[in-house]
Amino acid sequence: MTDECHGFLGALAPDHRTRLLTFSHETALPAGTRIFEEDGEAHRFWILRTGRVALDVHTPGRGTDVVETLGSGELLGWSWLFEPYRWHLGAQVLHATRAYEFDAHEVRAAIEEDPAFGLAVTRCVASVAIGRRLKASRMRLLDLYGPPGARAAPGGGPR
Amino acid sequence: MNAPAVAAGPSARPAGPPLPYRVEARTVDAPDVATIVLEPAGEALPRFAPGQFAMVYAFGAGDIPLSVSSIEGDRLTHTVRAVGAISRALHGTRTGRTVGVRGPFGTGWGLGASVGRDLLVVAGGIGLAPLRPVVRGALAAPGRYGRLNVLIGARTPGDRLYAHETNNWREAGARVLTTVDRPDGGWTGDVGVVTTLLDRAVFDPPHTTAFVCGPEVMIRAAARELTHRGLGPDRIEVSLERTMHCGTGHCGHCQLGPVLLCRDGPVLDWARAERLVSVPEL
Repeated sequence: MTDECHGFLGALAPDHRTRLLTFSHETALPAGTRIFEEDGEAHRFWILRTGRVALDVHTPGRGTDVVETLGSGELLGWSWLFEPYRWHLGAQVLHATRAYEFDAHEVRAAIEEDPAFGLAVTRCVASVAIGRRLKASRMRLLDLYGPPGARAAPGGGPR
Repeated sequence: MNAPAVAAGPSARPAGPPLPYRVEARTVDAPDVATIVLEPAGEALPRFAPGQFAMVYAFGAGDIPLSVSSIEGDRLTHTVRAVGAISRALHGTRTGRTVGVRGPFGTGWGLGASVGRDLLVVAGGIGLAPLRPVVRGALAAPGRYGRLNVLIGARTPGDRLYAHETNNWREAGARVLTTVDRPDGGWTGDVGVVTTLLDRAVFDPPHTTAFVCGPEVMIRAAARELTHRGLGPDRIEVSLERTMHCGTGHCGHCQLGPVLLCRDGPVLDWARAERLVSVPEL
């Protein structure tokens, strides 16, 4: 399977995918690299080809908590698409990563200029990245694997 | 109505007395989870199939349904999470003590009907326990099945079951991926729900059988994602749980619409299960 045929890029029609990739260059990010910080300006974004990146939140007095990890095919960053164009989370490379890196200003300009392209990219960001992660976050809010006391009746089926 | 697509068909055994089994070994898998190995103290029960369950008695406390997490001859292994009075008693039992066992009950996983197909095992939390025999069975017959993917979701790194054994599965050729909901400081693996691991599993959807077990919300999410990716609903097997009591299909405690899960389940294919778990009143 090629990089372009799965994940975020795979959800785009071939012509839009090709156009989006014209705004990118390939980059390699060593393990431990801080890619961006919470509240920093979101002027770039990435589509991961290999490796793992952790999204995190720094809490004073508690340190940094990883809230999610991203891997091959996934979009790293969507704050670049919506004002005020600032990151909600921090990001750090867990395992050496190769990625397509995009200039957000150029992509935003292309989205404004070409509504069909803009709609395709925005839909893709909304469904593949935001929608899926929202669903996943809601599932995790349920703490499904946690102590069942408050959630399930005693007894239950075989486990 | 569809028949369950499983190798071990429904069983409704008479409600005989429990047979005594001796606790041969006990290991602690997680703070509230232990695995107990049981050896018949006398007469043995009929052989269990992966996915089936036993009613296990902690004398003086009561009995609960427990899936088999390993089957070796007459020896049964159960992984139990301390949740209520009975499961706490079984979780805390000691080597040499005796428990009562009835079974085997219910339907099993259809591994035998998946020869030549890619296998996708999706487990959440203690749902890995009933799936362990599937993984072991597939690894014990190299060449009989296609690619084996084992996707595991756990609450924290410390809650992962059979951590040492899953490394062995990886070394034996399975693609084993684990994700946790709540990482600790030393965890450098995946963080997120188990369905996100599907992107990295290697399988050919039309030629794949999936085995899914875990909390029902997770089962629904996984099964829907798998059908979206092209697996036939009759090729997705799920293990459901409801309150089980008699194990023989008589008391009705485990009724799920037209299904008595102790007899017709716990393993059902998604073609049948989807309609049942989408009705809130059930």
